[in-house]
Amino acid sequence: MLAPRTMFEKIWARHVVAEGPGGHVLLYIDRHLLHEGTTAAFNRLARSGRRVRRPDLSFATADHYLLTSPGSPTSDAETRGMVEALGRHTAEQGILYFGVGDPRRGIVHVIGPEQGLTVPGLTLVCGDSHTATHGAFGALAFGIGSSEVEHVLATQTLWQKKPQTMRISVEGRLAPGVNAKDVILAIISRIGAGGGVRHAIEYAGSAIRAMSMDERMTVCNMSIEAGARAGMIAPDETTFTYLQGRPLAPSGDAWQKALAHWKALPTEPGAVFDREVALAASEIAPTVTWGTSPQDALPITARVPDPAAVADAGRRESMARALAYMGLDPGTALTDVVVNRVFIGSCTNSRLDDLRAAARVVRGRRAVVPAWIVPGSGLIKRAAEVEGLDRIFRDAGFEWREAGCSMCVGMNGETAATGERVASTSNRNFEGRQGKGARTHLMSPAMAAAAAVTGRLTDVRTLGPA
Amino acid sequence: MEPFTRLTAVGLPIDLPNVDTDRVIPARFLRKDRSVPEYASFLFHDVRFNADGSERPEFILNQAPYRIARIVVAAENFGCGSSREAAVWVLAANGFRSVIASSLGDIFHQNCFKNGVLPVILPAEAVAGLRRQLHERPGATLTVDLEAQTVTAPDGAPHRFEVDAFRKEMLLTGRDEIGLTLGFDARILEFEARHAREMAWAVPPRAGT
Repeated sequence: MLAPRTMFEKIWARHVVAEGPGGHVLLYIDRHLLHEGTTAAFNRLARSGRRVRRPDLSFATADHYLLTSPGSPTSDAETRGMVEALGRHTAEQGILYFGVGDPRRGIVHVIGPEQGLTVPGLTLVCGDSHTATHGAFGALAFGIGSSEVEHVLATQTLWQKKPQTMRISVEGRLAPGVNAKDVILAIISRIGAGGGVRHAIEYAGSAIRAMSMDERMTVCNMSIEAGARAGMIAPDETTFTYLQGRPLAPSGDAWQKALAHWKALPTEPGAVFDREVALAASEIAPTVTWGTSPQDALPITARVPDPAAVADAGRRESMARALAYMGLDPGTALTDVVVNRVFIGSCTNSRLDDLRAAARVVRGRRAVVPAWIVPGSGLIKRAAEVEGLDRIFRDAGFEWREAGCSMCVGMNGETAATGERVASTSNRNFEGRQGKGARTHLMSPAMAAAAAVTGRLTDVRTLGPA
Repeated sequence: MEPFTRLTAVGLPIDLPNVDTDRVIPARFLRKDRSVPEYASFLFHDVRFNADGSERPEFILNQAPYRIARIVVAAENFGCGSSREAAVWVLAANGFRSVIASSLGDIFHQNCFKNGVLPVILPAEAVAGLRRQLHERPGATLTVDLEAQTVTAPDGAPHRFEVDAFRKEMLLTGRDEIGLTLGFDARILEFEARHAREMAWAVPPRAGT
């Protein structure tokens, strides 16, 4: 009898083309997502006289370098060149491109699922570290570098060494005001920014199963902030309901066959993971980061920690450095920290559920600092407008912008100023991430909305009725 | 790709854990082609230079003995964060051919292999010992020998490291990985035929262009 297998193991085994030395396998790739940062890989491919092996499995969009202000796609000739190059390469190779002016255009990790390209049981890669987002559907999805992008374009495969497996179980019910972002920040703070290195994570437990697909994507998205290239969640009725009828999802007879396959994917009882971690959902509070690593996260009710209280000298030094960069004093209540700007968006938190959560907080209030809403895709923007969310944000003084990565990474020039403190729904609070000298606090859309209307880090649970 | 066999060079100790690739090369430089003459200056740019472009003397790479360093000796989780391969390109542009750490960001780790840069994982105590020696004797050299899988510390102590047989061979020969894989074309075709039978739904409908 076969030993019980994990979902990861099943997907991995299905995609092995050949065994190589040293435990490496040649792994087949079902989906390759591309963005305008991929230009260098296309150029190298062209120089070597090679072609894209499977243009029908490759899909492209522009997100990193486009401006999100209406009317002006790029800020300068350099970035315009990158976007144009992507259009040219995809046209030459016959790759479907959701480009400038296409309402389906958006953040690559938002539109893959939205179009039904991301489905359970597949391998999916993209030249972007947040590719684990797609694992929310029970796919094996991971970020790759530029050389690996070129390798996939040319061969539709990658040489990979099998990672170890880790299951993170979150059991119980989340308290009101607590959501997926708080869960993943709590997980990262528990296992550390390097805790998932060389692991594929499976998120499990009743709190995860109770989440919508948008929420599950938020959790899987930040696997890389815990060091893991891949994070995944077993597909279930929530997954199937989300996917059915999406433009590029299987349909008709193919849907039925796919469904049968997907239902057999979840990890079997008794399957063994290399590492198990358990969290109680009831113990997770609205969470914010105070430092310059995503692991520097605490409940909003806490105070800025004191490096002097830490025994390990290396840790003490890096904490002190983080606090100096962040301009924070130990012992300050997090709710006393004043913010200068709010960013709601990114592949972590720019989907409809996120915008709704923010709008519920904003309705009837006013932003007291500059605050941006950057929807994840043109279609999400449109759907939000149909629901009237844009009016709620505009009436509150928020900027309602076009889809893109924007201030999460600032590659398009949309950055915060030196010393500015940003309440952000993005995924990284690294030094300089949102602009040279910019100070980032990561949090959920509801918490970022609360910060926008108070001008401070705020426990959304204490806001009361508007 | 330039092969990696054996390198004796000055080591650059970086004590900070979780050095992310945004720090190694800030996002605003990613639009720049690797051929631009100032490319090497993007490495650690925002902690290495002041706003007026002058060097920060306290940053270790700006100190005389370390200017010729070619081996990074880091702490845990170096190269975490973004998948940007430019983090490796910009290290290579500054002459670095090896990164020693107790752990590395997974994507950075892979990207090193693709660019003739040898990533070496050693136990945390061993790496801390190497950094200590490099601080005590600025400009001290290490030897990284891929064939023998050893790092020789400034004090002469050898540290054996593990490396995958596959990656080792690729680095030693400098072989083109895509060329190698294209040699598996028959196997890939065979896989695709089986995949199309067993998981026909895995190919998306020809999209509405």
